[in-house]
Amino acid sequence: MMEELFMLAALCVLLSVAGALYRAWRGPGRADRMMSAQLIGSGGGGVAVLIAAARREPAILDVALVLALLAAFAAIAFVKTITRDGAGDPEADTEDGR
Amino acid sequence: MSVVELITAALLAIGVFFYFAGTVGILRFPDVHSRLHALTKADNLGLMAIVIAAGLHFGDGWIAGKLALIWLLALFAAGMAAQLVARAALSPEHNA
Repeated sequence: MMEELFMLAALCVLLSVAGALYRAWRGPGRADRMMSAQLIGSGGGGVAVLIAAARREPAILDVALVLALLAAFAAIAFVKTITRDGAGDPEADTEDGR
Repeated sequence: MSVVELITAALLAIGVFFYFAGTVGILRFPDVHSRLHALTKADNLGLMAIVIAAGLHFGDGWIAGKLALIWLLALFAAGMAAQLVARAALSPEHNA
């Protein structure tokens, strides 16, 4: 009974991630599309944890770990492309981004 | 349905609710920064509830520890990413 409950929760989280794809399509700015990519990372991690619990398979937890990590690196890569010469130092207050 | 299973089911419901709150927040909020706010906060709360439910379901201490580490990593990653993306979205050349 519990396994079906976990699978149902995984389905709901997947639907919520799918809902966020609309933002990726419509998102006016590049930051909006980046956000939906980050949501896929954290939502996907949640789905992986749920499936791991449903199937009692600890190996799937590593999938969630990797997804969380990749979402972080994706956000960093996005920020690095924003500054003009790619130096990507968001702390820089100078005009040329260094 | 033992007490533990009831608690797990309730935590799952809370987790799914927060994920939907995050998605609605992303779709409905007017500008970038409020969407970032919704995304980062709601998802991590949802992930916390799911992690606790999965930990209860697994019943093993080591796996619960690993789940807690996954949640901590997601927490720090989301916090850091939200700060960076928000600062990047501030700059004028982003909106070009």
